[in-house]
Amino acid sequence: MDAATLPIRMILPRQRAGTLRIRAQPWLLLAPSLVFLLAFTYWPLLQVLEGSFRDQAFGSAASWGIGNYARLFADLHFGRAAWNNLLYAVSTIAPSVILALGFALALRETTLFSMAARTLVVLPLLIPLVVAAALFTFVFLPGEGLLDWYLGPLGLRAVNWLGSPSLALGAVSAITVWKNTGYYMLFFLAGLASVSQELLDAARIDGARAVARFRHVTLPMLGPTFGFVLPIALVNALVQVDQVVTVTQGGPSDSTNLLLYYIYQQAEQNHDAGLAAAATVVSVAALLTLTMASLRTMERGIHYES
Amino acid sequence: MNRRALPLLGMIVAAAAALVWAVPFAWMAVASLRPGVPADVAALWPAPPLGLGNYLDAWQSGDFPTWYLNTVLVCGGILAVQLVTVTMAGYAFARLRFPGRDSVFVLFLLQLLLVPTLLIAPNLTTIVALGLYDRLPGIMAPYFASAFGVFLMRQAFRAIPRDFEEAAMLDGAGMFALIRHVLVPLARPSLVAFAIVSVTFHWNEFLWPLMAVSSPSRQVLTVGLASFASGSEAGGEWGVLAAGTVLVAGPLLLAFLVFQRRFVSSFVFTGLKG
Repeated sequence: MDAATLPIRMILPRQRAGTLRIRAQPWLLLAPSLVFLLAFTYWPLLQVLEGSFRDQAFGSAASWGIGNYARLFADLHFGRAAWNNLLYAVSTIAPSVILALGFALALRETTLFSMAARTLVVLPLLIPLVVAAALFTFVFLPGEGLLDWYLGPLGLRAVNWLGSPSLALGAVSAITVWKNTGYYMLFFLAGLASVSQELLDAARIDGARAVARFRHVTLPMLGPTFGFVLPIALVNALVQVDQVVTVTQGGPSDSTNLLLYYIYQQAEQNHDAGLAAAATVVSVAALLTLTMASLRTMERGIHYES
Repeated sequence: MNRRALPLLGMIVAAAAALVWAVPFAWMAVASLRPGVPADVAALWPAPPLGLGNYLDAWQSGDFPTWYLNTVLVCGGILAVQLVTVTMAGYAFARLRFPGRDSVFVLFLLQLLLVPTLLIAPNLTTIVALGLYDRLPGIMAPYFASAFGVFLMRQAFRAIPRDFEEAAMLDGAGMFALIRHVLVPLARPSLVAFAIVSVTFHWNEFLWPLMAVSSPSRQVLTVGLASFASGSEAGGEWGVLAAGTVLVAGPLLLAFLVFQRRFVSSFVFTGLKG
C-alpha cells in the first residue's frame, strides 16, 4: 500500500464532510432539549400572549383586543388573588429565609447534635406539599388538633385557623414556611462554609462584637447565597399552592385565593381560556419583574469573592 | 456575653425549634399506629393499644398499588428522558463552540424562572392537542427538558480535564461514544445528584398531575392522597389519614434517612451549581 498518498486521499473528502458534521453537531446535541423547551416553555408563552388578546364570544368570530385584561382587572376575585399572593410572598419568604439563616448560624458547627437538629429541619423538604397540608389540617383542627390540644391550656383555645377569613392565609403560609425553611437552610450552611474565617478572626481582633461581625462580614459574604435563594423563593411563592387546592379551595370568602389557584380555576373549572391566559401573562410578568428587582437590589452590598 | 455562651445559647434555641419542626412528623408516626378514634388523638407518645389497623384501612380505601405504579412510572419516565437530554445539551454547552450559543443559553437560563408549573393553563391545551391528555406521558412531557440539569451537566463536563477526551479521540472514538463511555462515567456524581433532585420533585408534585389526568386509574400518589384525605378528614379518621400520608411520603423519607449525606449534597450541589 502506498503509505504516502493514502492518508491524504482519505483525509481530504472526510474533512469536507467533517465540517458540515461539526457544524451540525451542537444542534444535534441540543435538539432533544430544545424541542421540549420550545414546546412546553416558549410555545405556551406565545400561546398565552396571543390568547390573552383574543376576545372570543360564544358563536361569533374571534376579534383582537384587551377584552380579557379588562375582564380580568374588573374581576374582584383576581384582584383579591393578586393581593393575597403578595401577602403570601412576604409572609412566606421573609420568615423562611430568616429562620433558615438562624438555623444555619446556630447549627453550623458539625457535631452529632447539630446534625440531628439539621435533619429534623430538612425533613419537610422531602414530603409532598399535599402531605404537609394534610398534616397541618390536623395541626390546625379546632378542639382535638395539635395546636389547640397543646396550646389551649395557654389560652389559645378553639381558634379556627383555617376557617377564619382573617387567619387562613397566615395558616396557609405557615405550611409553606415549615416546608421551605430546611431547604434554604442547606444553602445558607453551604454559604457560611465559604465565609472566610480569617476575616472573622481579624474583625474579632479589631474588637468587633458578634453582631457587628455578622452585619459587616458574614452578611455581605452571604450575598451570592441570598441572590440564589431569593429567586427560588419568589418562584415558590407563585407555584406552591397545593394546600390551597386541597384544603382551603381559596376560601373562606376568597381569603386564600392565590394567582395560580385562580388560573387553575379559570382553566380547569370555568374553561375560560381568555382569563386564564391573561392571568398567566400577568403572573409571569410579575415574577420576572420581581426577580430582576430583587437581584438588582441584592447587587448592592454583595461581596463577590473572585 | 462571652465568646462561648452565644453559640451555645443559639444551639439550644435552634435544637428546641428543630424539635418543634418535627412535631407534625412525630404525630404522623404515632397517630398512624393507634387504631380507632382515640379521645387524645393529638398524642405525640405511642400510648397503647397500638396496631397496623390504620394502614390496612388506608390501603383498602385508596388504590395505593395503582398510585405507586403510576408515580414510579412518571418519575422513572421523566428521569430516563432527562438524563439523555441534559447530558447531550450539557456537553454541547461545555465543549462546543458554535454561533448562537449564548442566545440559546439564555433561552435555557430563563426556564429556571418560567417553570412548567406556572404554565399549566397553556400546557394543558398543548397536551390535549397532542393527544396526551389523561395519559402518563402527558404528565411527563413538560419536564423532559431541564434547564437546571443542563447547567449541572455543563459544569460537570467543564470540570473534567480535556486530556481524557483527547486520548479517547486518538483511539478513534466518535462523539457519542466519547460522551457515553468517557464523560458520563466521570460525571456520575452530578448525574446522581440530578436524579435525586428530579425524583424528589416529581414524586411530590401535585397540581400538574391533577390537571393532566382525569381517570382514577392514571392518578399518582399525591393526587390520590388528596381525595383520600378529604374523605378521612370528613369522617374524623385521623389515624387513617396519618397512615395514608406515611404511605405517600414514606419511601422518600426512608431513602433520605438512609442516604442522608448524598441527598443533602445533591440538593446543595444542584442548587448552587444550577
